[in-house]
Amino acid sequence: MDLDALLLSRLQFAFTLAFHIIFPSFTIGLASFLAVLEGAWLFTRREAFKTLYMFWLKIFALSFGMGVVSGVVMSYQFGSNWSVFSRVAAPVIGPLLAFEVMTAFFMEASFLGVMLFGWKKVGPGLHFAATCIVAVGTLVSAFWIISANSWMQHPVGYAVLPGGSLTAVDWVKVVFSPTFPERMAHMVLAAYLTTALVVGAASAWILLKDAGQPESRIALRMAIGMFAVVAPIQVLVGDASGKEVLKVQPVKLAAIESFWETKSHQALHLVAWPDRAIEGNRWEISVPDVGSFITAGRSDAVVMGLKDVAPRDRPPVFLVFWAFRVMAGLGVAMAGLGLWGAWLWWRGGPERSKLYLRAAVLMGPAGFVAVIAGWIVAEVGRQPWVVTGVLRTADAVSPVGAGQVSASLLAFIVIYAIVFSGGALFILRLMDRGPAVAEPQPTAPEAQRAPGTPLAAGTAGETP
Amino acid sequence: MTLDLPLIWVALIAVAVLMYVLLDGFDLGVGILFPFARSPAERDVMMDAIAPYWDGNETWLVLGGGGLLAAFPLAYSILMPAFYLPVILMLLALILRGVAFEFRLHGRRRGKALWTAAFAGGSLVAALAQGLVLGGFIQGVAVRDQAFAGQPFDWLTPYSLLTAAGVVAGYALLGATWLVGKTTDALAGDARRWAWIAAGATAVLLAAVSLATLFAHPDIAARWGLAAGRIEGGRLLTRLPIPVLGALGLAVAAAGLRRGRHFAPFIGAALVFLSGYLGLAVSFFPSIVPYGVDFRAAANDDSALGFMLVGAAIMLPVILAYTAYVFWLFRGKVAAGAGYH
Repeated sequence: MDLDALLLSRLQFAFTLAFHIIFPSFTIGLASFLAVLEGAWLFTRREAFKTLYMFWLKIFALSFGMGVVSGVVMSYQFGSNWSVFSRVAAPVIGPLLAFEVMTAFFMEASFLGVMLFGWKKVGPGLHFAATCIVAVGTLVSAFWIISANSWMQHPVGYAVLPGGSLTAVDWVKVVFSPTFPERMAHMVLAAYLTTALVVGAASAWILLKDAGQPESRIALRMAIGMFAVVAPIQVLVGDASGKEVLKVQPVKLAAIESFWETKSHQALHLVAWPDRAIEGNRWEISVPDVGSFITAGRSDAVVMGLKDVAPRDRPPVFLVFWAFRVMAGLGVAMAGLGLWGAWLWWRGGPERSKLYLRAAVLMGPAGFVAVIAGWIVAEVGRQPWVVTGVLRTADAVSPVGAGQVSASLLAFIVIYAIVFSGGALFILRLMDRGPAVAEPQPTAPEAQRAPGTPLAAGTAGETP
Repeated sequence: MTLDLPLIWVALIAVAVLMYVLLDGFDLGVGILFPFARSPAERDVMMDAIAPYWDGNETWLVLGGGGLLAAFPLAYSILMPAFYLPVILMLLALILRGVAFEFRLHGRRRGKALWTAAFAGGSLVAALAQGLVLGGFIQGVAVRDQAFAGQPFDWLTPYSLLTAAGVVAGYALLGATWLVGKTTDALAGDARRWAWIAAGATAVLLAAVSLATLFAHPDIAARWGLAAGRIEGGRLLTRLPIPVLGALGLAVAAAGLRRGRHFAPFIGAALVFLSGYLGLAVSFFPSIVPYGVDFRAAANDDSALGFMLVGAAIMLPVILAYTAYVFWLFRGKVAAGAGYH
């Protein structure tokens, strides 16, 4: 295999995956949010919840569509670009992906149709059920993907056959591999936070223009509740996930913390310039002993350094180290935004602080950045392996030439740029108009209002 | 355990691919017919006629791909590199036309025109790419040491261009007959006309592809009882129901169109596809990568196949049930302004 095709295939996979993960990490949370909104509307009969539902449903439809089509790409790219990986590892992870299709994708796709187009066809109870089914579907999908990925991080429950292919000997161990529970919790909470940050930012944006907008006030409070409760939990889950990494992927942990020597009393490097060429950090700002404490729980714990493994078995340290810091830093900022918001809420209302609203708008994309940074830690930190200890990335690539891969990579960049610009434009345009001028309420005689009300104005302005 | 797991899975994947071709075939076909609509309003109705289904339809493609990876990893790992460029082309085209469902509703004047074009172009290119893969598949794939060993453009030949044209015509037929069932008034009249034209094109191209296949591949011809110059009557007779089914499908479609039936034309079109599909099965079984790798050699081990079969036995009936529910829920003609927007 020539090296260029390998590098290009890695770039293409990273690019298409980073693009794809934006949408599930948003729609997993948004589907649950929609289920909560519709449930709240059915329970309280407050129109504000339905207005919010109809508003976020549009954004959900746009994002979900982009997630579906960029996801189809992934299921074919395993073969087109990583055919050796497919052949060797499919006996174990293939069924997990097949289960994802059978237990999640069909369910999401079918009931999404009911969610979007079923208002006039089914009653409110069934419609709510469709929303809940889609929400559950997104979580089931996450379950299988995280399961497959966790197994690749730390493979267990398998045997190597004479021909070099793998075979599963214990499916329970494969599906629930050691790193799976923490990573599943970490990803779902990340998705909820990502959604809450977007909901908070969109609501804050409207409230900056009109501090009294009732739906946005409700949505902002719901978002603040999520930041304040979920972000601190996420910090704890992330810590638990890190402890598991220390146990089963010590090399990855060493790269995350840029530990080079194996020793006790590791220092915590707040910032550093790790360099594989000199096998150390060019410079660092560190707190003594805290590195061992934060990773292993005791400051006298011996924690492995990168020099314990041969240079060819070390991941790219710089990228892993910094991606982790971006993720963790944003996580702390999210918790801060939550506590600040909760305090303002208690003091009379977050919409009264323009500074807070601006901060919430600014933090809108933070969830996406943190999710992508987190996946960089997970995936680059596993290098040079695609299946840790079993199959190297360099050995997993397809017999496809650099010419073809550069053509496809270029095409992906162009098409994704067009699709992303279009999707972002339409979503931001909707957010700028806000929930109040959302749409004609499709069901409902009860939702028809007198001419001249904001809703009617929105309706009139809608049809081009 | 006496179940023949590889055989069960090759059947399941064959059914998944057939479901994909029939279901996504009609919504891709509607996209192929998009340029011929008389007005943007008609295009809105055409899209409403497929919008609740397309995502579920396309999921069969993911099941086909994911199922092939999981059940026949060797076949998957040979075929995907072999058809690298058309597969990527198909994926990119499906992206453009997939997002167009939503984007078109939000675009203003220029945006709407752009995503209308993306929907039509993406649907056409996806169909062409699938046809090129089909043609390349029938021609056969060069394999050495359990890996693809051919050239990047092996799939591009006059023969594969012929199959690509055939797939486009067939999808247009499915799309047109679907619209006959789902629309009213002038659009339904147009759909009828499109269906006639597409049915003619499909008949001619299907016959041409069949004959070209028999002439180009003596092995396949032998399987149909037409080996090198002599006709094996007995074998040919057992294969004859397949082309007869195709002719019957065309007759059902034609009769339905002439009598103004709503769904008979679509059933007829589906029978034509079924005939072509069975024809392929007879020509290739048990080979899964023509002409070297048979499905047993490519199969995953029984541990994986058995594990998945438990899931499939539970989930596939459930999937079929709620898919049927969704089709039933949105049955009948599309009302103007049926979208939620």
